[in-house]
Amino acid sequence: MRIALFVTCFNDTLFPGTGRAVVELLERLGHTVEFPEEQTCCGQMHANTGYGHEAVALARRFVRVFGDCDVVVSPSASCVGMVRDGYPRLAELAADAGLAREVDAIGPRVLELSELLVDRLGVEDVGASFPHRVTYHPTCHSLRLLEVGDRPLRLLRAVRDIELVDLPDARECCGFGGTFAVKNADTSSAILGDKLHNVLATRAEVCVAADNSCLMHMGGALARQRAGVRTMHLAEVLASTE
Amino acid sequence: MSGAGFPAAARASLADAQLRRNVGKATTTIRAKRAAVVEELPDWQALRDAGAAIKAHAMATLPEQLERLEAAVQSAGGVVHWARDGAEANAIVSRIARDHGAREVIKVKSMATDEIGLNDALAADGVTAIETDLAELILQLGGDSPSHILVPAIHRNRAEIRALFERTISGGEPLSTEPSALAEAARRHLREKFMTVPVAVSGANFAVAETGTTVVVESEGNGRFCTTLPEVLVTVMGIEKVLPEFRDLEVMLQLLPRSSTGERMNPYTSLWTGVHPGDGPQSFHLVLLDNGRTNVLADEVGRQALHCIRCSACLNACPVYARTGGHAYESVYPGPIGAILTPQMRGLGDAPTLPWASSLCGACYEVCPVKIDIPSVLVHLRGRVVREERSRVDPEKAAMRAMAAVFASRGRYERAQRLARLGRGPVARLRGGPLSAWTDTRDLPAVPDETFREWWRSRA
Repeated sequence: MRIALFVTCFNDTLFPGTGRAVVELLERLGHTVEFPEEQTCCGQMHANTGYGHEAVALARRFVRVFGDCDVVVSPSASCVGMVRDGYPRLAELAADAGLAREVDAIGPRVLELSELLVDRLGVEDVGASFPHRVTYHPTCHSLRLLEVGDRPLRLLRAVRDIELVDLPDARECCGFGGTFAVKNADTSSAILGDKLHNVLATRAEVCVAADNSCLMHMGGALARQRAGVRTMHLAEVLASTE
Repeated sequence: MSGAGFPAAARASLADAQLRRNVGKATTTIRAKRAAVVEELPDWQALRDAGAAIKAHAMATLPEQLERLEAAVQSAGGVVHWARDGAEANAIVSRIARDHGAREVIKVKSMATDEIGLNDALAADGVTAIETDLAELILQLGGDSPSHILVPAIHRNRAEIRALFERTISGGEPLSTEPSALAEAARRHLREKFMTVPVAVSGANFAVAETGTTVVVESEGNGRFCTTLPEVLVTVMGIEKVLPEFRDLEVMLQLLPRSSTGERMNPYTSLWTGVHPGDGPQSFHLVLLDNGRTNVLADEVGRQALHCIRCSACLNACPVYARTGGHAYESVYPGPIGAILTPQMRGLGDAPTLPWASSLCGACYEVCPVKIDIPSVLVHLRGRVVREERSRVDPEKAAMRAMAAVFASRGRYERAQRLARLGRGPVARLRGGPLSAWTDTRDLPAVPDETFREWWRSRA
């Protein structure tokens, strides 16, 4: 299958290893990955911070860049959530019926990585091996916007030599919330503190999630505290053949 | 609202370890109870849809429903008053109390009367309002304010309440921290009031336009005393509480108790329709309160905030509320629902930071019994604050426009990526500015030597 990668601006710039992992993983499974180089940002930061009109321009750009692709995959649940859940509202804000039609057409074709693997490609065992103690944090947008359910866990359970441990109160937010983490830094840090308490209680070496934004928040504090726990994107575990 | 808004008020609350423990413990307990009773209903999602549809219909036909309600209450022997704002509503209640020569009124727990500051207004007119809901009584005795919709004194624990009661109502008698002992002390204090005070004031959970029936849902039975024993009953309700038909209660009375207290049914549900000779209050007044609600109705996206049935499930589910408690929201309506209701009712300029008091995690929407899409309304209100309240030269606006311009062009975007790696450009500038709030508790990742797209091109 030809699959277009929407890597997201955030991963492109700060977490390129996640994009590389998606490419390696999908190629290993026998698929062809395309990377439309005109892609930039989905507009989530703008839309969620109150700059809807600025985000409309980025939604138009996304539709233009990916409009011809049959399947688009992204290693970011929140950016996929923006496209599928947020773009229709942006089209409404812009009172642009044409954009509304275009986002309705493209939305179902934009998939988060675990959705692509489990639903479209019908695979749970992706041939990975990762001999580490791992806990999985279901990010809010993967859980509540995309409703990916246990797809990421099914993929992780099939990884060889992995020791997967349940995260207590897993469904709780980590406190990131985009610009919330800066505008309400104290509250964000308080929420984060409880999340990290639960992560540390698992005695996992690696905390995995489907969003590098939440992982940057959690990982940033774990690094500051020298907690000895790494954060890693789901794609990188699934690409691993350690 | 204080000048600094939610972030500063939250910081103060976060520093209170006792408060965080009290609120955290209480919300965790109620959440588990709610989850258990919701789980046992196979048609819960269909009930939520029904609840949302009933409310949407009621709001779409609000003028008609309110006129039906008025006619039905009047034909049942009640008197209907219309109040544009809190001052008008307070004046109406005060006049009724004084017309009946009351120096005291007893009160059923009511958000609407807290919202308009009725107790203070009555006091100014020489009438003492006595709260009969246990939690409201605790707040009144302590000179405190509510911090939760359902559990107004959630920020107080048993030891704090014991000390307060010993100081105020136990008549010098020492108390234990047993809930039954604390309740008994309150009961002795209140019973005498129920028997002697001639005027009661209540809110309403619902009012049915079809029949003119008013509904109060409670746990303690003190509301039942207030709505049955006094000669005069005054009910103050927000206009959004109207339900078109009596049968709508079938849906709402399933949704509300399960969502609020985590009970299948609450202990006391009082319904009354006007006046019945020889039975209950012989004079009934219904005050229909606007106080900003028609402003909310005018916003096509934001109006769903008026669907709220005050169950407080969103508070209990919210990661922000669970840490900060309710006072940080600086409104009688705290938590996620308060963050969308308060700025709309009072005006965005009066609570401009509240729409950002959320990580948009979506837990509130997930539990809302009438499916208010709180995250979407928050985002919508953020947009309105940015467009309507911020100056054109606002630094955040400038930064956001600059970032939007970067993302609008592949060339500018790739240049910005290279600059970020060199520690320069629009991304890097954020580090010294807004991102310093980030680095107080969290490291920032180093910008890697190679972007994803550079790697992609290198392998071609």
